[in-house]
Amino acid sequence: MDRLVFLLGTGLARGAVLALFALALVLIWRGARVVNFAQGAMAVVSTYVAFEVTSLTGSYWLGLLAALLAGGLLGFAVERGVMRFASPASPLSGVILAIGLVMVLQSALGILFGPDYRPMRVPFDDRAIVVGGVPLLSPYDLFVLVVAVVVMGALAVLFRWTSLGLQMRAAAFAPEVSRLLGVRVSRTVTVGWVLSSVVGSLAALLLVPTSLGLNPHATDSLFVLGFTVAVVGGLDSPVGALVGGVVVGVAMSLVTGYLGAGLVPIAVLVLLVLVLLLRPAGLFAAAEARRA
Amino acid sequence: MTGRQRLPGQRPLLRTLLVAAGWTVVALGGTFALDPFRNYQLALVAAYLCATAGLTVLVGATGQLSLGHAALMAVGGYGFALTRNALPFDGLPAFVVALLAGALASAVVGLLLGLAAARLSGPYLAGLTLAVVIALPAVASTWSTVLHGDQGVHIAFEGVPDALRRVVALEQWQAMVAVVVTSAVVTGLTVLRGGRFGLRMLAVRDDEVAARLSGIPAGRVKVLAFTASSVAAGVGGAVLCFVAQTVSPGAYTVGFSLLLVVAVVVGGLGSILGAALGSVVIVLLPWLIGRLTANLPADAAQRLDGNLAVLVFGLLLITVMAVAPHGLHGALVARRRRRPSPDVPRPTAEPAPRKVLVPTEEQR
Amino acid sequence: MSQRSRSVALIATTALAAAGLAACSTPEPSPGVTEDTVTVGTHTPLTGPAAAGYSSISAATKAYFDYVNDNGGINGRNIEYIVKDDGYNPATTSTVVRELVQEDEVFAVINGLGTPTHSAVVDYLNENDVPDLFVASGSPKWDQPDTFPNTFAYNANYIVEAKALATYAQETWPDKTFCVLGQDDDFGTDFTTGLVQVLGADGLASTQTYSVSVQDVVAQVGAMQAAGCEVNFLATVNGFTALALGTAAKMKYGAQWVSSSSGGDYPTLVGYLGEDVAPLLLQGFVSSNYLPFSPDDAWVALFQEINDEYNDGAPFSGNKIYGMSVGYLFAQALAKAGDDPTRESLLDALEVGALTGNGIVPLGFSTDSHAAFEGVGITVVDEGVQDYVDGEIYTTDAGNGPVEPYTGEAVALEGDGIPTA
Repeated sequence: MDRLVFLLGTGLARGAVLALFALALVLIWRGARVVNFAQGAMAVVSTYVAFEVTSLTGSYWLGLLAALLAGGLLGFAVERGVMRFASPASPLSGVILAIGLVMVLQSALGILFGPDYRPMRVPFDDRAIVVGGVPLLSPYDLFVLVVAVVVMGALAVLFRWTSLGLQMRAAAFAPEVSRLLGVRVSRTVTVGWVLSSVVGSLAALLLVPTSLGLNPHATDSLFVLGFTVAVVGGLDSPVGALVGGVVVGVAMSLVTGYLGAGLVPIAVLVLLVLVLLLRPAGLFAAAEARRA
Repeated sequence: MTGRQRLPGQRPLLRTLLVAAGWTVVALGGTFALDPFRNYQLALVAAYLCATAGLTVLVGATGQLSLGHAALMAVGGYGFALTRNALPFDGLPAFVVALLAGALASAVVGLLLGLAAARLSGPYLAGLTLAVVIALPAVASTWSTVLHGDQGVHIAFEGVPDALRRVVALEQWQAMVAVVVTSAVVTGLTVLRGGRFGLRMLAVRDDEVAARLSGIPAGRVKVLAFTASSVAAGVGGAVLCFVAQTVSPGAYTVGFSLLLVVAVVVGGLGSILGAALGSVVIVLLPWLIGRLTANLPADAAQRLDGNLAVLVFGLLLITVMAVAPHGLHGALVARRRRRPSPDVPRPTAEPAPRKVLVPTEEQR
Repeated sequence: MSQRSRSVALIATTALAAAGLAACSTPEPSPGVTEDTVTVGTHTPLTGPAAAGYSSISAATKAYFDYVNDNGGINGRNIEYIVKDDGYNPATTSTVVRELVQEDEVFAVINGLGTPTHSAVVDYLNENDVPDLFVASGSPKWDQPDTFPNTFAYNANYIVEAKALATYAQETWPDKTFCVLGQDDDFGTDFTTGLVQVLGADGLASTQTYSVSVQDVVAQVGAMQAAGCEVNFLATVNGFTALALGTAAKMKYGAQWVSSSSGGDYPTLVGYLGEDVAPLLLQGFVSSNYLPFSPDDAWVALFQEINDEYNDGAPFSGNKIYGMSVGYLFAQALAKAGDDPTRESLLDALEVGALTGNGIVPLGFSTDSHAAFEGVGITVVDEGVQDYVDGEIYTTDAGNGPVEPYTGEAVALEGDGIPTA
């Protein structure tokens, strides 16, 4: 029983980060109908920015701020500089451009910073609070959870109640009609990319300190897991990303704890196949999106 | 796709076979002109060509993008190696049986993936196939009694057959075998695409609803296309295993899968010639860059080695997608078209499928 | 494919063929050896996820060779060292090793790194009679003189290491609960086999594994904590040693850690953990080694000098000592291979046992054994300094032979650290 509680706690903390990353994928999907395969690589670039700024200034928070800014700029640059070449008629051209971008960013980081893992610090105590002999969440895990929920809430407000959010949704679903109605579709797409890149950077920044450390490949597995979460929750649904994140995080933790770490990638694959075959639009998709 | 006299790829079977035979003879003759290392590179190009030809047919003719072809190659490689080790006899019969087993294994896995693929559109399929490649090392270590974890499966060394030993060096022999197998695969794909099935694939790709209305079983066409593509990749993996005498999960990484996509895109999506050119590029470019960086100071060389090749591939991918979506093949054809060409009727020189990247349901 | 595209491709093929012909060079009678140079090569990960922690080894070896060359070389010949990046991908290893042998025509391949990667080329090298020296992996596989006559190991193998560490642990903490966390491949399996040899089939209270593709060991460390493990053996690479220790600290789980040398290099671990917390987490950390190691050792002082002068003063770590020791051993083999070294004379020099290396135990090379170090010394970290525990050196074999204390002297540094015939 103790063990189960422990594994659930671990899974929850990991799930929150996955949920944030998946949210970044959802944002772009909603904004531009693209699955951004470069999300992980872009986020790792921002994390390097955070690392450098924190090393220079000694402040975690300045590093965080710099990473979010860098993430936003990168999102803008990628949308204007690379993704605009994607053929509007083809979902594949976007995927292929993003793959090219992954290769460019990761190799550039490798050339600039070398292959070594760099340790990253966290602003809170990351030692678990022990309850009844079972190590539960650490203050840092709680921080991650709070950040995830706050970001999620802020985005919900944006999409539901602000004019910009409504325009973004309209532009993504019916670009032609939106344009006729006066929505500046290209601007809303850019905003979507910037937002998504910021959120993705935040997720990577929260995850990296709990893993091996910062490396050009630090987000490789985060992308696949984040994609799985987004698919499980539905690429259209921010709430789905949150729930999907928790589901995948806890499932991973249980598989590792009871079956062995080596089975995690297989479990992810099985989960992905099941969801795609049984409920392709995810568990929380709006009805009209189901044909995706 | 209207107003065309002949559909892309359509041509009489006999002609296809003759052309393939001619090509094979030329390539086999070419192996005599190459030194061992370049014969090894030729064998690599041939093995990669199996996979890239399969991938390009899949993308070009059905609009499905797989990021998992490296895993399918691995399946073929494992099928080949395990069968080869289990067989009580050696030589050509063992090779052929093992090769067929590798093809069969990749067909089964491809069929399963294809069943999923037929229901998924572009990005979903790409993500699913990506997860397949990521899971490969886990599969190998979970069933390590058979697959031997990250060490992979080794096969016994088999040299040049006695009859040829005086004339042919080992690497040349391997290149020859690779060339023959690859030409069979490529011919098979060409025939498949040039026939009725090819028309069905195009119909499904261009307008699935219309295709269904005309009585084409769209789902089945997609599944079959994916399976055929998998078999091609699997045979490529078997050839690689034959050349390197080993198959292991570390050789079939996400990076390699992406490299196959680079080859197909750079060569020109949908074009088998493009796939061949792309395969040459992904074999020669890292080698060339390695040669260039070798003379740099150790520290710089260490940083650039490997990374620089990936950087160039990434830039190539973006540039080609942005500037010349038809890739090398498209560029070749376009250049040639500016000159009058009396000997060849225009339609055959058309860049393979014109509408390579097609909208799927959700865009409509 | 159209007629025209076909002809274009034909031209391309012909061009490739022509390029091939042009690149053919006349073979030398003794590959890789000229009047004043000997060319050798290696394959090692410089890029990709596995590059961290390994990429500095080949640079150290090269720095040592540069030092030798600046001091007149070996028997008047300079050693040229060609380092090929294989990204820890066996397919790439196949390609770059063929390139080394056929294009660069190396005399020998030395210190090829990694079990899965080197497995892909060990057949090839032996079929082509290329000396395959000092493989950088602890797999027992490289010590098979009958199957792989050209292949010689370097690292103490995982089983030997595990047996020595288990013996030390049993003597030091006889009443504690022992557990192991191992990589889910041959490294973990072989190491655990060695532990069980000494501790017995029921000597391990919990056996956990991790996969390099999942950078999270919370569940495993949690299981060890729950099982009441007090002394934890680690068959982990450096990154995962750091991850396991860090994770345990976060769970407020204090235990004694005993790591294989593959994941027990103090400076590398500090790189992962950060200089602020590493000395705390690593206090009392036990590992093993077989190379000169103590901060006041004459070899270490020399290697540090070489590192400063020929390696741009890169951070000094166990990898640098390792890389330079490999370089020294090859230089010694070359010196003993005669004035006109051939591949045969090189292998002969190894098999007659003419080499001493610079380790703390004698080299085991002979016609029957291609294992380098058949014993290890125990190291421990105290207040940020990792050093040998006095008198704790054990020798044993990879089978079920006994573990015996070794009392001989370590190989002393002679002269300027450049071997002579």
